[in-house]
Amino acid sequence: MKLKKNIAISETGFVFDPNSGDSYSLNSIGKEILELVKLGKSKSDISFHILNKYDADEFTFERNYDDFIDMLKHHKILENE
Amino acid sequence: MNKPKYTIAVTGLNNTDNPGPGVPVIRALRSAKSFDVRIIGLVYENLEPGIYMENVADKVYQIPYPSVGSEALLNRIEYINSIENIDFLIPNFDAELFTFITSQAKLESLNIKSFLPTKLQFEEREKEKLVEFGEKYNIKVPKSKSLTSVNDISKLRDDFDYPVLVKGKFYDAYIAYNSEQVIGHFNKISSKWGLPVIIQEFIKGTEVNVIALGDGRGNTIAAVPMRKQYITDKGKAWGGITLGDETMLDITCKLIKNTKWRGGMELELIKNNEGDYYLIEINPRIPAWVYLAVEAGQNIPEALIKLANDEDVPPFTKYDIGKMFVRYSYDLIADISQFEKLSITGEL
Repeated sequence: MKLKKNIAISETGFVFDPNSGDSYSLNSIGKEILELVKLGKSKSDISFHILNKYDADEFTFERNYDDFIDMLKHHKILENE
Repeated sequence: MNKPKYTIAVTGLNNTDNPGPGVPVIRALRSAKSFDVRIIGLVYENLEPGIYMENVADKVYQIPYPSVGSEALLNRIEYINSIENIDFLIPNFDAELFTFITSQAKLESLNIKSFLPTKLQFEEREKEKLVEFGEKYNIKVPKSKSLTSVNDISKLRDDFDYPVLVKGKFYDAYIAYNSEQVIGHFNKISSKWGLPVIIQEFIKGTEVNVIALGDGRGNTIAAVPMRKQYITDKGKAWGGITLGDETMLDITCKLIKNTKWRGGMELELIKNNEGDYYLIEINPRIPAWVYLAVEAGQNIPEALIKLANDEDVPPFTKYDIGKMFVRYSYDLIADISQFEKLSITGEL
């Protein structure tokens, strides 16, 4: 999966899709993960980064990460490579 | 460098919850960089808000409804012109456009310039001809049928699944979930706008629009796509945002190229979940949200005046994406003497 072209992510976590005009608000973790996705990082890279930085276990990360990615796909913020 | 000053007559000062484009068109003309303006507001009703708004019209004249007949309207325009020396006219109502389009020779004899679609362009995009229009110009349109009698409604089941859209020839559109609702909307619309009433397949998706300007030779001078963010119960945009949608721009440019569209226009499109675009309507004039395009970088009314003046107008090449508009209501305080003057003399 990769971030759709032209999606704008602001410092505040505000995400804007200029193609559809839709906008979304992310919390700081969501923004951090989306920026890692934007850099082309894999799920395992992102897991390694988050688990090292925050007090979370692998199971909790996995469940929330998958939910988050599904939501991004649903809103067409992510697309297939 | 001295800028020319033009006297421009504009209709559509009804800045209500179903706004005419007059006030935003005037706002755009007043912010034009290449000329100054004196604005003559032409109004049908004496409570059109643009009459009483500051810095909108320099002078206001009442004009008769097109339904009274084109002769009465043109006689009134001739009278107003004898006082005001109008350089340009921008009509903003669908219902008056036909009269002005077919009165070009008369307007030219009065030295009033305009930049309107041709009669053919105006007629072939009419709602009841949308299916043929789609076939001719290779663009997806919803299935439509014109009804001239309430008796035809019972046969709709053969061709349509509910819900359907019930539309007036010029204005109004309602969604109907069964034949009883179609009958109700048919009666309401036909009594207001006449026949036919158009039944249109309901396409589920997001409504998106493009404001555009064609030079009449196939070139797109301006085009800005927008998505309505907040829609009133009349289906009008109360808020909107400019989009960076290349497909919408491509559809617009192809349509203008193939039709050689002359003048302002608004394409109303539905983008379905599969990403397909359906053309649901072409408004043959500048829409009421034009000022969004101006602030996004394309002053379409200014460009339209320059085209009407036979000037070379290079196409706009960019606009700001993510520019938003939000409408608001505001109570203007007027004096009865203003209302009295307009009611008695037809001028203010």
